[in-house]
Amino acid sequence: MSKNLRFKSSKLVDETYRISFKFNNKTYYGYKGDTLASALLANDVHLVGRSFKYHRPRGIMTAGSEEPNAIIQLHDNTSRTEPNVRATEIEIYEGLVASSQNCWPSVNFDIGGINNILSPILPAGFYYKTFMWPKSFWEKYEYFIRKSAGLGKSPKEADPDIYEHKYIHCDVLIIGAGISGIIAAKMSAKNGLKTLLVDEKSFLGGSTIYDNSKFSKINNQITSSWLEKEINEISKLENLEIKTRTSVAAFHGYNFLLARENLTDHLPITQRENKIRHRLLKIRAQKVICATGAIERPLIFDNNDRPGILLSSAMKKYIDLYGVACGENNILFTNNDTAYETAMSMVQRGIKINAIIDNREEIDSKLSYEVEKNNIKIFKGYTVVDTYGYKRINGLSIMELSKDGQKVIGKKIKLSCDSLGVSGGWTPAVHLFTQSGGKLKFREDDQVFIPNKYPSDQLSIGSCNGDFSLEEITTNTILSVKKFLNINIIDYKTFEIITGMNKSKRNIWLLPSDKILGKTKSFVDYQNDATAKDIKLALREGFRSIEHVKRYTTTGMGTDQGKLGNMHALGIISETAGTKMGEHGTTTFRPPYTPLTFGTIVGRNVGKFFDIVRRTPIHDWHVANNAKFENVSQWKRAWYYPKANENMYQAVQRESKAARDCAGILDASTLGKIDIQGTDASEFLNRVYTNAWSKLAIGKCRYGLMLNEDGMVYDDGVTTRLDENHYIMTTTTGGAANVLGKLEDYLQTEWPELDVYLSSVTDHYATICVCGPHSKKIVSKVIPDLDFSDEKFPHMSFKNTKIGQIKCRVMRISFTGEQSYEINIQSNYGKSVWEKCMEAGKDFNITPYGTETMHLLRAEKGFIIVGQDTDATMTPIDLQMDWIVSKKKYDFIGKRSLYRSDTIKDDRKQLVGLLTENPKEVLEEGAQIVADIKKSPIEMLGHVTSSYYSPNLNKSIALGVVKGGKKMLGQKLIIPMENKNINVTVADPVFLDKEGERLSAKL
Amino acid sequence: MFLINCPFCGEREQSEFKAGGEAHIERPKQPTELSDDEWAEFLFMRKNIKGVQFERWNHAHGCRKWFNIVRDTSDDQIKAVYKMGEKPPVK
Ligand SMILES: [Zn+2]
Repeated sequence: MSKNLRFKSSKLVDETYRISFKFNNKTYYGYKGDTLASALLANDVHLVGRSFKYHRPRGIMTAGSEEPNAIIQLHDNTSRTEPNVRATEIEIYEGLVASSQNCWPSVNFDIGGINNILSPILPAGFYYKTFMWPKSFWEKYEYFIRKSAGLGKSPKEADPDIYEHKYIHCDVLIIGAGISGIIAAKMSAKNGLKTLLVDEKSFLGGSTIYDNSKFSKINNQITSSWLEKEINEISKLENLEIKTRTSVAAFHGYNFLLARENLTDHLPITQRENKIRHRLLKIRAQKVICATGAIERPLIFDNNDRPGILLSSAMKKYIDLYGVACGENNILFTNNDTAYETAMSMVQRGIKINAIIDNREEIDSKLSYEVEKNNIKIFKGYTVVDTYGYKRINGLSIMELSKDGQKVIGKKIKLSCDSLGVSGGWTPAVHLFTQSGGKLKFREDDQVFIPNKYPSDQLSIGSCNGDFSLEEITTNTILSVKKFLNINIIDYKTFEIITGMNKSKRNIWLLPSDKILGKTKSFVDYQNDATAKDIKLALREGFRSIEHVKRYTTTGMGTDQGKLGNMHALGIISETAGTKMGEHGTTTFRPPYTPLTFGTIVGRNVGKFFDIVRRTPIHDWHVANNAKFENVSQWKRAWYYPKANENMYQAVQRESKAARDCAGILDASTLGKIDIQGTDASEFLNRVYTNAWSKLAIGKCRYGLMLNEDGMVYDDGVTTRLDENHYIMTTTTGGAANVLGKLEDYLQTEWPELDVYLSSVTDHYATICVCGPHSKKIVSKVIPDLDFSDEKFPHMSFKNTKIGQIKCRVMRISFTGEQSYEINIQSNYGKSVWEKCMEAGKDFNITPYGTETMHLLRAEKGFIIVGQDTDATMTPIDLQMDWIVSKKKYDFIGKRSLYRSDTIKDDRKQLVGLLTENPKEVLEEGAQIVADIKKSPIEMLGHVTSSYYSPNLNKSIALGVVKGGKKMLGQKLIIPMENKNINVTVADPVFLDKEGERLSAKL
Repeated sequence: MFLINCPFCGEREQSEFKAGGEAHIERPKQPTELSDDEWAEFLFMRKNIKGVQFERWNHAHGCRKWFNIVRDTSDDQIKAVYKMGEKPPVK
């Protein structure tokens, strides 16, 4: 029963190397060089998938990256499983396993096929119209839609393959190695330009490489032979690098391009081990030449989507390149000469052609005469009006076209076939050109969009520039490349071109039918099941812009971005609306040209290389002592240190209590540190902080609040005056880089007259904070030479000192409200000083605590955390921090904004303390705060920003922002939760030691 | 991705830079003298031109210097680059 669809001696296939593979659980054989598509066709398998919306049977349609139907799932049920792979692109290898997608339970029997029968009730915009109304029904529909929607399955495990990124710089990048790309590459490289030539295929030469008809000759040689010699010559050129299996995904401004080099997908699985799978090339080219070719257009007629219907050029390619016939009884349907080339290839191989249907009434080319000579019936001035066969075309009917091409006339003729090749002419592949910002113009003669205005130093040549004949391609390529590259050495003299083709074409975007449009299914976008009827419906409903029609009908929105049918959509729109082509715009082609794997996009930036990780000098000690870590910007900060079976809550309660009862120790090395020097340093701080700085004595520390120019709190921290013209500023951990950037901005642009220099020293110092009533005893043991008495070393002051021979700075500052010392020492001594502190604190129950305890302790004191209790809408006044805003200073960043009409309103959200009625009840951070739950809609007054159970106060405490909260002290509010309402009382945000006695408490 | 010619370092990839919005908006010397409307004009109002625009850029991952560029926002072509305090070399 096996049919003879494979012919010997094709261009690409190695018949001595047989390969077995599985498709939909059945084993097939192909040869080395085959794509999955060519191997399936050789096995007479056309049906490979189901369409997205109607689940109609679909077959292989093309032989390239424009394929809309034959998208399959590769590597079933493994960590490498990959959806949406085009069968026309994947080269087969031993052990390949693939299956159809978008069908259940199988491609032969697909339950979703019912949608095809239901299609009269599934028009364009169906999802928008039906499922969004009434709104409450969406939940009911969603389950079924989700189940039947989607193309393919994503892998469930991590990708085991290796990917990488590579930068390439070149003088000239040439995209596409067809005849024009090859000519351009030779010209460029021979003139000493560093040239990169890429092509998405595994071979060079494009479609010309199998142009072996006797009617196509260059300088008296068969065109394909001529090109082979050229390829042979350029492969030896020194300045030329050639990359095959390399698809340009994106063409950005300034000639920056992204390409994917596919390195292992064609190899047997066993040979892929430890090899890089895909490489993302980041190419910066001085000049770019697009030689991306053209894509053959299908024709739009009723039931034009059946398996067995292919582009005529694809049929030719399967015959000449892979030695595969698409059927035993073929019909070609065309409006131009392209199909006659296919016919000649069939004739040469003895493949049966039942008939050729040609829209044109008159045909006049050497090629067509030759075809007619072979006794092939040509129906001139005819069109296909319908096709038959469900899972494979088995026949079609044709009718004569009226003179104006708007109607069909006469009698319907039925013809049988098992394969139909269609050709609607060619569309230049201008995708990359338009991605780069290029503007198109419409050429009326043959109804194509071609490049018009280049946005960067680039050129389009060959058929992507609208040159379709061999003569135009060769002549224009040489002329334009010479001018574009400004070169002298040209190997090419005049060409003698022989071609059997004629340019005539009869373009009809939507072919007429004997049925009314509403009864037809003439597919414009195969992948998304958008029909001519849908597009007309969209126009009737008032959509005009192509971008709107596209979204409403989903035309061009599949993984293929409508490479085949977009032109027809535009054509049908302008015909229906009676406007000129392009008047409603052309759709925008967006990167990537063909889909990229996520692996390619992320390259090596996976796992521990996903993001930069910053660790403090004391990190190893935290690890050794069982710390749990949290990410704070790029830093790993010790979060809490659970003992034995403690959970986070228990550990934090213990740490918090120890810090207030005995002593705590915190690694604060991550705080941003900016070294500020210069004779105007004090003046500078005056301008950037809300409070006054000029009178701060040397050796003293001060807390500062920084605003944006809009008056909102930006960052905070303690700054210390080290010397007359020398300060060290601390910032929040996450804000460090931005604060430095902002300060630099003001210095360089607004106040260049100030003599101030900034330097980030965050990583230079380790910062160890020892706090609690025993802290003084502990640091005294670590630094015995330093006088820690309150008189000599009061709160908010600093000392230069030494630990052993190593200089360090000690600041007596506190973020916990306890007596507290921060030792700043050169980073590499951080860990040993930390260990010294631990040793010195052993008798005092010194307890390491992490960021969670730090947050709890500061909340007890009502100290804010910028970014947690504030969100760029909070002024210092909103935070009840009026005390830090200088009334005397004439100006500082953000001052003027503090009395804008909006910022002085009483009902702004303001920071308050919240106490729960039940002291054991801990609020959820982010919970809404309301006053009246009976009001509808309930007015949201604010939300909880920080919330903890305080072991030192034995009750739940919280901070929150509430509209007009400052005036609500003592008032009852409600926190509505999913299953209960929690009663709270507005309180002072300072819950503990408002007088600050603990800062110098003696034990 | 643009190539930006930092006046201090030379031509570098856009990813090394940070955009800083419209250029030549001077911070008022005496903000307290301004009405709410005048202050709002400085604080919020930007031209957001389609076409030639003067912009501030910072070589954030390079020399950290701020400078100005003249860019056509419709095609991203950079017409000129100049240092802070200098007059724009093109109109
Ligand atoms: Zn620079």
